[in-house]
Amino acid sequence: MIPLHYYLILAAMLFMIGMTGFLVRRNFLTVLMSIELMLNAVNINFVAFAHYMDSMTGRIYVFFIMTVAAAEAAIGLAILISAYRNTKTTFVDEMNSLKG
Amino acid sequence: MQFLPADMNIIMPEIIMALIAIIILLADLVIKRKKSLAFLGVIGAGVVAYTIMMDSPGAAFSGMFISDGYSKFFKLIFLVNVILVTMISVKYIIIEKINLGEYYSLMLFSTLGMMVMASAGDLITLYVGLELMALSTYVLTGFIRHNTKSNEAAIKYFLLGAFSSAFLLYGISMIYGLTGTLELKDIADYINKNGLENNKVLMLSMILFVVGFGFKIAAAPFHMWAPDAYEGAPTSITAFMSVGTKAAGFAAIGRVFMIALPAIKLEWSTILIPLAILSIAVGNIAAIAQTNIKRMLAYSAIAHAGYALLGVIAADNEGIVSMMSYLMIYTFMNIGAFAVIIMLRGEGAKGEDINDYEGLAKKHPVLAAFMLIFMFSLTGIPPTAGFIGKFYVFMSAINAGYVWPVVVAVIFSAISAYFYLRIVMYMYMKEPINNVGVQNFEPLLSTSPAIGIVLIVAAAALLGIGIFPSFLLELARAAISGF
Amino acid sequence: MILNILFFYLAAVTIISALFVVIKRNAVHSAIALLVTFVHVAGIFLLLNSEFLAAVQILVYAGAILVLIIFVIMYLNVTQRYRMFNRLKLIAFFVGVVLFAEVLYIITRTALKGQKGEFPIAKVMEMGNTEAIGKVLFTDYLFPFEIASLILLVAMIGAIVLAKKEI
Repeated sequence: MIPLHYYLILAAMLFMIGMTGFLVRRNFLTVLMSIELMLNAVNINFVAFAHYMDSMTGRIYVFFIMTVAAAEAAIGLAILISAYRNTKTTFVDEMNSLKG
Repeated sequence: MQFLPADMNIIMPEIIMALIAIIILLADLVIKRKKSLAFLGVIGAGVVAYTIMMDSPGAAFSGMFISDGYSKFFKLIFLVNVILVTMISVKYIIIEKINLGEYYSLMLFSTLGMMVMASAGDLITLYVGLELMALSTYVLTGFIRHNTKSNEAAIKYFLLGAFSSAFLLYGISMIYGLTGTLELKDIADYINKNGLENNKVLMLSMILFVVGFGFKIAAAPFHMWAPDAYEGAPTSITAFMSVGTKAAGFAAIGRVFMIALPAIKLEWSTILIPLAILSIAVGNIAAIAQTNIKRMLAYSAIAHAGYALLGVIAADNEGIVSMMSYLMIYTFMNIGAFAVIIMLRGEGAKGEDINDYEGLAKKHPVLAAFMLIFMFSLTGIPPTAGFIGKFYVFMSAINAGYVWPVVVAVIFSAISAYFYLRIVMYMYMKEPINNVGVQNFEPLLSTSPAIGIVLIVAAAALLGIGIFPSFLLELARAAISGF
Repeated sequence: MILNILFFYLAAVTIISALFVVIKRNAVHSAIALLVTFVHVAGIFLLLNSEFLAAVQILVYAGAILVLIIFVIMYLNVTQRYRMFNRLKLIAFFVGVVLFAEVLYIITRTALKGQKGEFPIAKVMEMGNTEAIGKVLFTDYLFPFEIASLILLVAMIGAIVLAKKEI
């Protein structure tokens, strides 16, 4: 039997990779993918806990996270498309008409 | 668990809200006058407010959804928010050329998300409500599709919002692993029963909660999205989210920290103190340098999040009461100020620059008087309600033994008078200038009966609460009695 | 033993492909690496007795989200000659490593043992994974499920309002 900690460490690594990617990348699409990585890390956490505690709650939570992730991706990409029509860029740090 | 018809009675306000949002969406197809959709939305929100008042308290769906005084009070804030913002939007969205029925519908969906958050008895319900609120708000922020600023605001808000919910989720997963449950009451029971007060994982998830909710309420140092998002968003939506999203975040903070994590009260209030102080400092200092009034109010919103956090830091019923009444007062004063900004937004003029307010008292004395009330209230000058709100927040923090944060807050509150009263000074002390150079150039106010009603209601509420504060406090105290 | 090997294979590929998502210059390459990550995370779900979630993981993440992302990459025709990282890269890397060390320290030193649920593996096996999830989802979690349907509705409205050419 694989210890629970292995899964948690895997999830923590995935989460930190996603977080670092979010912070360093300039391209909106890659940043969005980094967010998906973070959500996947959380999913691994939930399923691992649910498995080791004989519970269903964590699995249900993953189900909801997936639903929300799909909705989030749809809205995020729609925002990107509407912004691209005006700015002609997908780089987050080139969008600087708002000072700050 | 069995499906109980009684559960339907408890969630009746939410059902009605969802129905109205969907009806507006469908009616949009056949109705060409979008004004009537706004009317429908206001009436609908009023009906929901009525059902909330009539609703009997209780828990539904095996504790997943709680309807108590606390949630009712917050739902009233959200409904006041959505009603006032809908009324100030009618003329504004025509000027911005975004006169779509979806605007009103999304605003109601967002409010529904806030209502679910305030009633959440379970971390799943909380998350789902939060995302319903956030996703609708992302779309509304980017609603002016032809405007680069609005696009950018939506992108920044979306990215940081999604980032912060990932942190919140990581925290929730940790607390789930620790306790094996997601129900707020069960979490507290499990922690007490097993003596997990000093558990490191509990601390980790508590910190992640602070990060996640900190983003939502725009508290420093998690505020960097707020000025950009507030400046770029349509002005009415800035009003909507600076009040609604913030209040919903506070509702969730109150529930999660007071119900699920009372065992580590000391720890989380210690972590929230620097957050509150930093928010007050950053918000008030950065606001001084702003010349765009929307951006200035964005920084002021950060500062006000800090003041309301002082009530949470007190971590007792009196503190929560002061936080709740502060948010109610903030709703009126902030939406009032934004209503004035929206009135100055004419076909030609932006109404966002501070110079646009020069000599306003000479041109439009009534409007200037309203702005005076709102600015006095935001500063916290008696007899306006802003003073009462701040006073009770500070009192509850002092009673809980946090004297030095209150002293710092009072000092920064005095500094804040500079930029609020600067607008008053511009309105009353300066001569109106015609920057276009045309003789008798008079930028038209975009008035409508609806926005006039909003101004009168907001000003009356601020003065009323300022002079008779006990009413609001008793309401909040009664609301929290079963907490 | 075989499960251990399988776990390490899945974990290693998940991490490596996740790294590729972050360090690949071309957005299409990142997307392909992300696909590999998703499929291997689904494999990890299989190890954890969650067959239904593994299927949904592939359907939703790989089938819906990733296709959407690749579609947008193609639609916008993103240029490839650009600086990949912003000025934050060193600080962000440092923050990531420190936070990871912190989390690692905390989770390896604490026993995470919540209260046992009502679904031991044997029971789930007997009634079937999908049935077990469905039973819980449509009784205990009915309310969030309904709200989730509204989230999807909002996503649909929002995407149409923002991205449609003429409204």
